[in-house]
Amino acid sequence: MFKAIIARCKQGHRTMAYPREPLALPERFRGYPEIKADLCPKDCRACADACPVDALECQPDLSLDLGKCLFCPECSRACPQGAITHTPDARLAANHREELVVRPGDEHRLAQALEKKMLSLFGRSLKFRSVVAGGCNACEADTNVLSTIGWDLGRFGIQFVASPRHADGLWVTGPVTEHMREALLLTYEAIPAPKLVVACGACAISGGPFRGSPEAHDGVEGMLPVDLYIPGCPPHPVTILDGLLRLLDRMP
Amino acid sequence: MTPGMLFTQNGSAVARSEIPERSGDRFCETLISAVDGGWRVVSYFGAAEAGSLRLYCILSFKSHAALGIMSTTVTGNSFPSLVEAVPQLHLFEREIAEQFGICFEGHPWLKPVRFEAQLASLPAVPPKAPEKAGIMDFYRVAGDEVHEVAVGPVHAGIIEPGHFRFQCFGEEVMHLEISLGYQHRAVERMVLGRPGLRTLKCMETVAGDTTIGHGTAYAMVVEALCGARVPAKAEAIRGIALELERLANHTGDLGAIAGDVGYLPTASFCGRIRGDFLNMSAELCGSRFGRGLVTPGGVQFDVGRELADKLRKRIDVARREVTNAVELLWDSPSVMGRLEGTGVVSEKDALDLGLVGPAARASGLNRDIRRDHPFGIYNVTQLPVETAKGGDVYARTLVRWLEIEKSLHFIEEQLAQLPGGSIVSPTAQLGENRMALALVEGWRGEVCHVALTDGSGDFQRYKITDPSFHNWSGLAMALRGGQISDFPLCNKSFNLSYCGFDL
Ligand code: SF4
Ligand code: SF4
Repeated sequence: MFKAIIARCKQGHRTMAYPREPLALPERFRGYPEIKADLCPKDCRACADACPVDALECQPDLSLDLGKCLFCPECSRACPQGAITHTPDARLAANHREELVVRPGDEHRLAQALEKKMLSLFGRSLKFRSVVAGGCNACEADTNVLSTIGWDLGRFGIQFVASPRHADGLWVTGPVTEHMREALLLTYEAIPAPKLVVACGACAISGGPFRGSPEAHDGVEGMLPVDLYIPGCPPHPVTILDGLLRLLDRMP
Repeated sequence: MTPGMLFTQNGSAVARSEIPERSGDRFCETLISAVDGGWRVVSYFGAAEAGSLRLYCILSFKSHAALGIMSTTVTGNSFPSLVEAVPQLHLFEREIAEQFGICFEGHPWLKPVRFEAQLASLPAVPPKAPEKAGIMDFYRVAGDEVHEVAVGPVHAGIIEPGHFRFQCFGEEVMHLEISLGYQHRAVERMVLGRPGLRTLKCMETVAGDTTIGHGTAYAMVVEALCGARVPAKAEAIRGIALELERLANHTGDLGAIAGDVGYLPTASFCGRIRGDFLNMSAELCGSRFGRGLVTPGGVQFDVGRELADKLRKRIDVARREVTNAVELLWDSPSVMGRLEGTGVVSEKDALDLGLVGPAARASGLNRDIRRDHPFGIYNVTQLPVETAKGGDVYARTLVRWLEIEKSLHFIEEQLAQLPGGSIVSPTAQLGENRMALALVEGWRGEVCHVALTDGSGDFQRYKITDPSFHNWSGLAMALRGGQISDFPLCNKSFNLSYCGFDL
């Protein structure tokens, strides 16, 4: 016991100051993309050809779909002009699928708060039931991490619970494998209305690296009504938290 | 050495025409005598070739760092099961039966493995549609006061799906059967054909917590097929990343084990320190899981002097903190009381089942790919292999801790002496009609990738064996005769991958 107390003193208080203060991200972190289409030579497709998941469109203009993007180093390396770079901005979540498509000159759209009635229901206490539907365990790990002492998700009244009956929302990760489709839908049904759906990670939004798999469904699109899309493969914990706090209108 | 095999080494490719093809009887005899003689099955899989099924078995002989390849062709729709003589084949045979629809005569119970669709239809085999996941006959115990507990696929918490059936007599578990497949994304089918960038992304996410392990195995396969030589600096960076992956996961596991016995100080400290290791991986390549770091031919991100120094400082801090957090465990009799004697897998069972990684080492099996079949940086730097005797949760905890110490030391050493030079060499067209083999000691154990290329250098068959494939049976065995309430603790002490198994 005594040793545990000494250890506790040594380890110190570690809950981060975020969102009051910004979080330091690693230098090589790849976040919100910056697209400078005016640098693109005519008919150049170098970035689109390098993209493993067809997240880039060159026609009519260059655009990048955050819902498909794996935030890998490929496109920025393939572009000889430096027209695509990933900024260290980790704010990526959005409320609508089409808002995830980034075009040059677009303003950076951030996730919006729930409407008033929902906010009054969930604003101070929001419980999620997670269903892993083919996720590779990285989206899951970086969601789980939010409950560790460093992030302490509980301080915002957000929690992951064991039963869908106790939940206000469904948290989906993975491309929705055929083998998990039914369990996912049953879990959704078991959550009492009104309820939210969060699609966490490229897989849940669009299939991610497994887009087009004969055994998976390219994510929840068309299967469940999504209230919050969180891009990334996997999304950084701060991307997840930022999305949630904006949804609940809790960003200071 | 055993005749009837082609000998090769980790990370190399052979011409498919050189692989000896034996008659069914010869193949079976050779396989049994090889295992009797100390060889171990690394992978056993089928490939549809010219309208019939060819079986390949890859074996390892550790004292010679040798890998053996043997093969046979199945004529008709059945083949003798070797499970009675070689129990470690039990799941491999079930997998082949499921993927190609053949029958293994004499297999104790040919059940679905992941309820997947057949990989190929063979003329000799009537096609069969896959069953719904989890729908099969389970082993049942009947009698008064015997009851069955069914759990999953959706579990409490943020966990991958799987179905568990316990046959219990009161609190005591007589048998646990684990039925998986819910995570099946058809990775082996998706990566067929011409390998490209997408292939790498699928490999990195076979099991997302083993991105470096699977990514490296895939890269080794490609490098073997096109004869690329990985620069020394890239090998060192891969090694650092692989050990960081081990550190993050082992630390997380120690925290999870502590949490499961209700010892919260270590649980919360380790939960956070695990994040520090992930963040170090992100310093290397921008991703906490090492995505985008390993690429065929080398790595995509360099480590300069400044970054190396920064990482060394952070490793130093993490060492102090993780030591402090984990020492509490050994000092708490109540914790030790829960870990010792719980979930025992005997050395014999571990050997028979073919366990790998820390779970095998905790049962006294001295096996580690980094030493037995060295690859990359481990060809020039050895890490001591840590084993324990008990085969219980305590042993699996202890082995993880000892490995943490060794990995920390390894990373510091590598960061201090990083070679110069380039970090990636160009890859070329993949060799035609070849088989390439790659083994990597990931944090859970042996990751095995085997590729067969066709006449144009495309993947005709790609076989992935995640360590979890070997080890789930170990978890089932650990529960035998134990208390059902010990399941969460035993489960954490193995921490196996569902998606790595399900592919
Ligand atoms: S970063 Fe995104 S858009 Fe760019 S290549 Fe990777 S997946 Fe495609
Ligand atoms: S989005 Fe990426 S990290 Fe998340 S589950 Fe899919 S493959 Fe894994």
